[in-house]
Amino acid sequence: MPPVSSSRATRTVALALSVFVVAARAFAQGASTTDPRATLKAGWKDAGEASWNLQVVSSTWKPEAMYDAKNLGNFSFMNSDLAFAGKHVFQGNFNGFQIWDASDLKHLKLTTLYPCPGGQGDLSVWGNLLFMSVEETRGRVDCASGGVKDTVSAERFRGIRIFDITDIEHPKVITQVQTCRGSHTHTLVEDPKDKGVVYIYVQGTSVVRSPSEMAGCSGAMPDKDPNTSLFRIEIIRVPLAHPAEAKIVNAPRIFADSAGAIAGLWKGGEHGAGTQATARTDQCHDITVYPAIGLAAGACSGNGIILDIKDPANPQRIAEVMDPNFAYWHSANFSNDGSKVLFTDEWGGGVAPRCRASDKLTWGADAIFTLQDRALALSGYYKLPVAQTNTENCVAHNGAIIPVPGRDIMVQGWYQGGVSVFDFTDPAHVQEIAYFDRGPLNADTLHIGGSWSAYWHNGYIWSSEIARGLDILELTPSALLTANEIAAAQLVQHDVNNPQNQMQNTWPAQPVVARAYLDQLVRGHGLDAARATAIGAALDAAEAASGAARQGAYAALAKALVADEKGAADPARVKALAEVVGAMAK
Amino acid sequence: MQGMIHHHAQAVEMVALIAARSTDVVLRSLGERIDVSQRDEIAMMQQWLHQHGQEAPDPLPHIGMDMGGHTMPAMPGMLTAAQMTALKAARGRAFDRLFLEGMIQHHEGALEMVRVLFATTGAAQSTAIFRFASDVDADQRAEIARMRAMLATLSPK
Repeated sequence: MPPVSSSRATRTVALALSVFVVAARAFAQGASTTDPRATLKAGWKDAGEASWNLQVVSSTWKPEAMYDAKNLGNFSFMNSDLAFAGKHVFQGNFNGFQIWDASDLKHLKLTTLYPCPGGQGDLSVWGNLLFMSVEETRGRVDCASGGVKDTVSAERFRGIRIFDITDIEHPKVITQVQTCRGSHTHTLVEDPKDKGVVYIYVQGTSVVRSPSEMAGCSGAMPDKDPNTSLFRIEIIRVPLAHPAEAKIVNAPRIFADSAGAIAGLWKGGEHGAGTQATARTDQCHDITVYPAIGLAAGACSGNGIILDIKDPANPQRIAEVMDPNFAYWHSANFSNDGSKVLFTDEWGGGVAPRCRASDKLTWGADAIFTLQDRALALSGYYKLPVAQTNTENCVAHNGAIIPVPGRDIMVQGWYQGGVSVFDFTDPAHVQEIAYFDRGPLNADTLHIGGSWSAYWHNGYIWSSEIARGLDILELTPSALLTANEIAAAQLVQHDVNNPQNQMQNTWPAQPVVARAYLDQLVRGHGLDAARATAIGAALDAAEAASGAARQGAYAALAKALVADEKGAADPARVKALAEVVGAMAK
Repeated sequence: MQGMIHHHAQAVEMVALIAARSTDVVLRSLGERIDVSQRDEIAMMQQWLHQHGQEAPDPLPHIGMDMGGHTMPAMPGMLTAAQMTALKAARGRAFDRLFLEGMIQHHEGALEMVRVLFATTGAAQSTAIFRFASDVDADQRAEIARMRAMLATLSPK
């Protein structure tokens, strides 16, 4: 061994160590290949299944008009997004939509099958109105199949269809609002000041149509045409008393810089050698609005952005962020308190296998940002922790918050990676707590399938399966999520749920909510163990009592809990517990 | 589709030349990305053609052999045999420049093919083709912008 100076030797050792540490970390953090999900049997209705802390309530297979028996992966028949109202579940499909009666969760009934091709078929529902996104050049004004042959045609429809669903078995078209780029997705936004209108944010992402077909449409870059149809969203105002008068009222330049240049955000490309190439910011894929806090999070191809939507017809960008690991900013969710925003990266467009053992866990993942003082700060990543095969399209996709009090928990669809439930309360240490997955549709060839979106709604997880149908899943108790926490989440009920329109979750003052907090204090050692046991006994005693004795017991416990806050390892959670118990005393 | 497969295959063939001819880390990284995306898209096109009962060319195994381009029909943006020969002969910065110029020309050809597709009566009437063409359009536009910026940073000839 040649002599080396001591500092050089130190550096060499340090370098060797750091390489070792990085390698060890990469190994430890790599997608698991031994997990049961990694090796499931391929098949359509007979694919292998694996689940953990989740059980299947029912799986409803696609009705005949909504798949191509000769090609199960036919893009033109993919199931897409979900919306909920009353006992009905609305499920989009690239070939139309389906409305399910979910009165009996084990036996869904197909109320309405409505073929109407054009993709993606994302849906929102409001009162007796149903809104549907139409993107492709094959979309027709009359909903017929066969496409539109002419490149310029009055028969073509791309935009938002609005149906009257008063007679839910027979939806009637009220009006159809055409847009230049079609509607890949849309978001329904209510007006806090006017209950008589709703707005639809239209996210167009594909080719701009000819100005000969729709006046004013332009696919040129802003330097060639300042009125380009790129670099904007469209906003449709829908007067609820006269929905036929729905029309575009604004097309805000939400990517403009301070000098007014409309292409003001990410220009597209890599962020340096070895980084991801991020798409150019000229569109939003999804905008998730959170009207209760007056904000929206836009996942806008090259950037994540935050919009102030207190005036929903005139959204104002107040923050933006980029990430060198992101290929395409796809969707967004707020934590219930609005302090975190989880953005997803749809690397590979959803049609590619991006959960292989060789794929980085920071690419095609969720990135979690904290939102404070109108600024976003990166706090952590989460990616499906299990390797999927080359024939499974897999990447982060649509999900929703599960309303467990005191924790940030989300359920998310990962295409053929299945459904994953995870806790991101601490964004630097995200933990998976439940999953459901099937094997690939086909062992030899990639056929598009899997969970398009997985949402919590009124106590259950609903997963729109692209090639198979609709799965309803139920959380089962575990050390990571107790029966009390699940029961507390099930107390949160919403009659209408359009998942890109996030609703604030609040919990009624009920014993199970207090017990959920207590379970969390025990799990996280947030309170002395003996004291926690005593609090559990006090809750038991109060519940066993009745009338004034019960109220008195709760009041005494609430008072004691306030005293417990001081000295507790997790005073905020003790405070939350004290508030629930205090409310039960009233 | 069949034409586009050969078109994509030439991009893969061009990228294969980088390793022995360029030391530019950004160019190498760009090349890896083009390689992955073009191979993915070739696989997708082959699958689509198989599903529609049509012959799917499989040009990738031949890369590295001297294809010369002379057996293929001319498609917008494809490098001529002379251009490929010049690229293979170049080294260092000269290679980087020829590669970027050639790949920009190549990608602009793909954009032209997409434009023609959308301007053709009866075309892009299935989701698969519509999506594919939309993706090619967006991805290659972005890569062209990126390559133009890289080209601008190279010192003049």
